[in-house]
Amino acid sequence: MNFALTDDLKALQDTARKFGREAMRPKAAHFDETSQFPREIIQQAWELGLMNMTIPQEFGGIELSHLAQAVIAEELAWGCSGMATSMIANDLALLPIVLSGTKEQKEKFLKPFTEKFLLASFGLTEPGAGSDVAGMRCTARREGDFYILNGQKQWITNGEFADQYSIFCTTDPAKRHKGIMCLIVQGRPKGLTVGKHENKMGQRASNTVTLTFEDVKVPVENRIGQEGEGFIVAMNTLDNSRPLTAMFAVGNARAAMEHAIDYAKQRQQFGKPIADFQGVQFMIADMASEIHAARLLTYESAWKLDAGERNTLVSSYAKRFAADMAMKATTDAVQIFGGYGYSKEYPVEKLMRDAKLIQIYEGTSQVQRLVIARELLKGS
Amino acid sequence: MPIKILVTAKRVEDYESKIKVNAQGNGIVLEGLKYKINPFDEIGVEEALRLVAKHGGGEVVVVSVGTKDVHEQLRHALAMGATKAIWVNHAGPLDQMTIAGCLQKVIEKEKPDLAVLGKQAIDDDQNQVGQYLAEWLGWSQATFASKEESMESEAEKSKQPALKLSADAKTLTVVREVDGGLETIECTMPCVVTTDLRLNQPRYASLPGIMKAKSKPIEEHTPATLGVDGTSKITVTKMEHPPARKAGIKVPDIAALVDKLKTEAKVI
Repeated sequence: MNFALTDDLKALQDTARKFGREAMRPKAAHFDETSQFPREIIQQAWELGLMNMTIPQEFGGIELSHLAQAVIAEELAWGCSGMATSMIANDLALLPIVLSGTKEQKEKFLKPFTEKFLLASFGLTEPGAGSDVAGMRCTARREGDFYILNGQKQWITNGEFADQYSIFCTTDPAKRHKGIMCLIVQGRPKGLTVGKHENKMGQRASNTVTLTFEDVKVPVENRIGQEGEGFIVAMNTLDNSRPLTAMFAVGNARAAMEHAIDYAKQRQQFGKPIADFQGVQFMIADMASEIHAARLLTYESAWKLDAGERNTLVSSYAKRFAADMAMKATTDAVQIFGGYGYSKEYPVEKLMRDAKLIQIYEGTSQVQRLVIARELLKGS
Repeated sequence: MPIKILVTAKRVEDYESKIKVNAQGNGIVLEGLKYKINPFDEIGVEEALRLVAKHGGGEVVVVSVGTKDVHEQLRHALAMGATKAIWVNHAGPLDQMTIAGCLQKVIEKEKPDLAVLGKQAIDDDQNQVGQYLAEWLGWSQATFASKEESMESEAEKSKQPALKLSADAKTLTVVREVDGGLETIECTMPCVVTTDLRLNQPRYASLPGIMKAKSKPIEEHTPATLGVDGTSKITVTKMEHPPARKAGIKVPDIAALVDKLKTEAKVI
């Protein structure tokens, strides 16, 4: 048992940290304010290998361990969790192919991402199917060598700019989770309409749209796994990506804590820095210990994946704990800043708005609790 | 034509760390410190990589002297793109002559066309190794290498080297940072160049670069195998913090300011 990061992990962390500090953070307020897509920054991240980290070496990728990806995710989110969400969206969208694609599919749908800056979107959620994945209504009807795709996907990260989509759909909504499959949609086929970018509360640098499919033809060879296997593919994907989302919370909260500490040391009230007051000290102490706990919990959930073990329980612990922790830490950071914290002139209110989304996307805190309870209560 | 360049990667305290003098007053508190490649050395690695890229390939060999910990800095240079690393394994205090001596021996073995070193290390700020090395090798030297173009210039963005090698590779033109501004000199190759801060903006170690660096070779030597005396001729007897800055004062008028500058600060 050893808690120290290896030299390799430290080197990867170093690059991600430098990128977060020099490329992401100075632009974070601008892209939050404008809600524009930070394409140049994301492209630079791609050039440095900070995207598509899951692609196997066989297909030109760097195939980082889950632990390495988690270490990197913290630093990216420290820089800006909105931008980080757009970067990691690629990995989320490519994971179904990495986990369940054939060799030919990997060659066709993964390799181009290592050769050229491309964006991908993961399409699972629908207007009427959020936490209830099996309630999806997006249908695919087989016609010869094609599927005819009809329906809507909601909250699709990078959807406006994506070159490739991993779309979950069903052969028959009545079959619930047994009818789901995953189809790869490339480019902008006829019948695909991209909605307008959502005006979100936080993580405003990440592009979020609705996708509408009207009789979109998708070749059968673009199906990942078999008909009916889509639910498992989606769940496996989320098991893999959950540590990264948890790490976003850690990076976001760490940024808030650092701002809070700096501010508390220089803000004077009653003739001394507010850091001298126990009320402020306790908030900082809670932030620090909970950030640390969330990080270790997430490392374990990533480590389990690297060890080839099922990580559903621990990764749900991590996602739930980390997301709720970040919400609390960023709220306290705003509190420490007082009136200034509530102003957009200071960085902490953005972190608080950003944190809220981490409790919602990729499995809400409530769904994580459900998963945890089910894991604990199942069986004899 | 391909060129071979030797660069250095000293392990130094991260410039963002808080440095404290230890209880004995003869060194610093090492606990909890983070270490980085000396930033001036990193600029040297970057310049070497740019030169090699411009001149149709070649080799960048990175050297560091110290315990196995220096592998971290060697790997960083390898991740940036250096071809191979040489580790001179040595524990304990080191002086600039030992380091210059080790580099001299490595250069005699490796026979590079050029050596690019940081002008100084940010830990002890000695600024001597490059000069010793050039003298002992009998090479020409250009210290404090800089450039005319700004960090926002097209030349910098397109990662052009600031050091200009002549077509016949016989001379190197170097812009130097001097007190009055910039000075341009021409050196006969082979030569030793030491880098100043404004020579370039070093690249990131990319993730694929970091992964590739794991399989690049690190060759091991010691001062003894190189035939260099590894005992330090310098002993640090005392180390102390600079005096704390005093609070500023307000002067009523310019006459009072001039008077204080003359009589108290004695700068005019």
